Amino acid sequence: MSVTLFNRAHIVDPSRGVDEIGAVIVDGRRIAAAGKAALNQGAPEGAVVIDCAGKTIIPGLIDARVFIGEPGGEHRETIASASVAAAAGGVTSIVMMPDTNPVIDNVALVEFVLRTARDTASVNIFPAAAITKGLDGREMTEFGLLREAGAVAFTDGRHTIANALVMRRALTYARDFGAVIAHETQDADLASAGVMNEGLYASWLGLSGIPREAELIPLVRDLALARLTGGAYHAAKISTAMAVGAVSRAKADGANVTAGVAIHNLSLNENDVGEYRTFFRLTPPLRAEEDRLTMVEAIKDGTIDIVVSSHDPQDVDTKRLPFADAAAGAIGLETLLGAALRLYHNGDVPLLRLVETLSTAPARLFGLPGGTLKPGAAADLALVDLDEPWIVSESGLRSRSKNTCFEGARLQGKVLQTMVAGRTVFSA
Amino acid sequence: MTDASSLPLFPHRHLLGIRDLSPADIELLLDRADRAVSISRQSEKKTSTLRGRTQINLFYEASTRTQSSFELAGKRLGADVMNMSVASSSVKKGETLIDTAMTLNAMRPDILIIRHQSAGAAALLAQKVGCSVVNAGDGAHEHPTQALLDALTIRRAKGPLSKLIVAICGDILHSRVARSNIMLLNALGAQVRVVAPSTLLPAGIDRMGVVVSRSMTEGLKNADVVMMLRLQRERMEGAFVPSIREYFRYFGLDAEKLKAAKEDALVMHPGPMNRGVEIASEIADGPQSVIQEQVEMGVAVRMAVMEALLDRRRNQEGRGA
Repeated sequence: MSVTLFNRAHIVDPSRGVDEIGAVIVDGRRIAAAGKAALNQGAPEGAVVIDCAGKTIIPGLIDARVFIGEPGGEHRETIASASVAAAAGGVTSIVMMPDTNPVIDNVALVEFVLRTARDTASVNIFPAAAITKGLDGREMTEFGLLREAGAVAFTDGRHTIANALVMRRALTYARDFGAVIAHETQDADLASAGVMNEGLYASWLGLSGIPREAELIPLVRDLALARLTGGAYHAAKISTAMAVGAVSRAKADGANVTAGVAIHNLSLNENDVGEYRTFFRLTPPLRAEEDRLTMVEAIKDGTIDIVVSSHDPQDVDTKRLPFADAAAGAIGLETLLGAALRLYHNGDVPLLRLVETLSTAPARLFGLPGGTLKPGAAADLALVDLDEPWIVSESGLRSRSKNTCFEGARLQGKVLQTMVAGRTVFSA
Repeated sequence: MTDASSLPLFPHRHLLGIRDLSPADIELLLDRADRAVSISRQSEKKTSTLRGRTQINLFYEASTRTQSSFELAGKRLGADVMNMSVASSSVKKGETLIDTAMTLNAMRPDILIIRHQSAGAAALLAQKVGCSVVNAGDGAHEHPTQALLDALTIRRAKGPLSKLIVAICGDILHSRVARSNIMLLNALGAQVRVVAPSTLLPAGIDRMGVVVSRSMTEGLKNADVVMMLRLQRERMEGAFVPSIREYFRYFGLDAEKLKAAKEDALVMHPGPMNRGVEIASEIADGPQSVIQEQVEMGVAVRMAVMEALLDRRRNQEGRGA
C-alpha cells in the first residue's frame, strides 16, 4: 500500500482539539500519524511527500443533509454526480435523504443506495431512511431492519410529521434501536402558500410569507416529546432565533436533542431574494439578519451542533418560473466549506469549532466513521488553502444541477485535495 | 396625439411597478394622461402615434375591464393590438411563462401587456423580451396603471395630491392595487390610511407608510378620498372574515360610515364591485362616486403609458440610426 506524507501542514482536528503545524502520514487506507510529533519522523520509505506549507488539513466534511435524485430524479443528480461534487467540496461523507422516488422506506431501497454507492460513488454515502412509509406521516417504517441494512438515521426529509402521536411513537421506538430521529419542522397549515420569510419585505413583493412560528410550533412539540420519550431528536434545519431559544432550553432541561442549520440560512438573509430570485427560494426560507446572527452565535456556543449543505438539486425548468411557482432548494456541496469559512474569516467562529460543526460533530451525532484525523482512523481528509479566493461560477460546478445561491460570489478557502480512505478522489 | 416633443422623455423601458418611478415620472405620466382624456372625448378618437406598432395583451387571469381598457388605449393610438387569450392557448398545454415570452418575442412586438397570477411575473417577462413590458397586475405585487388612473381621477377632481387624506379600505393583504396605491400616494405626498380587519393586513403594514385603522369611522375621518377594494369571494366565508354580513357590517361602505369622511369626499373602487359586500349600491351609484370616471381615466392612463414608453424607444432608435 502507498504511503503519503503531508509535511508542514496546518492540522485542524477538532476530535482531539489539535490546531498546530505538523505532518499527516497516510498509510494505505488509514491515518498513521497526524500532528506536531510526526513532523520530524522523516518520510517512510517510498512515501509520496507533499509539502503543505501554508496549507491546512482537516478531516473530510460530513454533510448530514443531502438530497440526491437517485432513484427517480437522475436528471437532477445521481449518487455518482453528487459524490463528484462532494469530493470537490472537501466532503468525504454524505448522509442521503430518503426523498427519492421510490422513497427510501424499506430495506431493498437502502440496499440499492449502498450498492449504487459502492459501484459509482467516490465518497462515502450513508442513507437515511424515512420515518414513515412513503413520507406520508402515518405508519412507521421498519427501524430495526433498516438500521441493520445500513440506514444511519431516520427522517422524513422535506416533510414534517403533523401527527404528534406518530412522532411520539417514532421517538419511543427509535430509542430501542439507538436511532436518531432527524426532523425538519414547518407547520403546513401555518406556512400555507408561503414562499419566503413573513415580513415587510415579502409584503412589498406581494409574496405570501412563512411565519417563524411555522417552524417553532412543531419544533416545540417535538422537543417536548423528546423529553417525554427520552428519544434522540435532531432538529435538522432550523432558521430562526426563536428555534435557537427553544433548542437551548430543551438542552438545558437535559433532553437528548441536537440541532443543525443549512449553510444558506447561516450565510444569507431574506434580502438576498432581491427581485424574485428563485434560486433563493428555500425551505426553510432565508430569514432576517437578526435570525442569521443569532444562529451564528448558536454555532459558537454549541446550541447548534452541525452545519449542513442541504444540497437540493433542482433543474432549470423548475426554477425559471415566477417565484411562487418555482421549486424550493439550492445545491451546496461544492460551496459548503467556502461559504462556512466566511464565518471564520469574519472572526465570527473559530476555525476549530467551525470544522467541528462540519465534520466531527455530524460523525458523532449519527455514529459515522470519520470526522477525525486520529491515528488508525480511515484517511478521510481534505487539504485546503484557507485563504485562496475564488469566484463561484455555474459552469465550474460539478453538480448535475446548477441552482446555486452563490453564483458570482467571492469565497475564500479552496479545496486542493480530497482523500477518502487514503484514495485521492479530488485534486485541484 | 399631442405635441409629444414638448414633454420630457420617460426614463424607463418598462412599467413594472410604481416602486421604480420617481414623483417626477408619475407627474409626467399624469400630465400625458390628461391630454389623452381629451382625445377619448372627441368624436374622432383615433390617432396615429403608435401606427405600425404591435401591442400584445397577454392575460393569464381573466379581466374584462383591464384587458379591454388596454386594447382600446392601443387602438386609439393606432397600434395593432393582439389579445392572447390564455384559456385557448399553449399555456393551457403546460408551456412556461418564459417559453411563451420567447415565442411572442420572436413575433417582434413593440409592447407587451401582461397580467399574471404570480408576483414577479412581469419582471421575469421583461428580462426575456426585447420590447417594452407593462405590468397589468402580477399576483399581490403591483398594478401600476390602476394606481396611476386612481391618481389621475383624484387629481382632476381635487387638484394636487399632496396633503390629501386617502383611506384605502378592505383586503389590503391580497391587493396589488393597494400596494401600488400606497407607494404612489406616498410618493406624491398624500396621507395614506388603511382600514381593514387585521386578518386582511400584510405583515409589516405599520412600516409601509400608512396609518392603520380597524374602524371605518376612525379611518375615514376627514378623508378626501375613500378607496374601496374588492373582497374575493373565496376569502369571505370563514377563511379571513366570518361572513359577508359581518364584513359589510364593519367594513362595507354605506351612507352612515361615509359620513365620517369629508362631505365632498370621492368614493372609488377599482372594480369589479361586490355590491352589498364592500360597498352599498346607493354609495356606488351615489353623487360622491367616481367609479365611472376611473374607468374613463383608465383608458387615458394606458394611452399615456404606452405612448411614453414608445416615445422613448423611438427616440433611442432615432439616436441609434
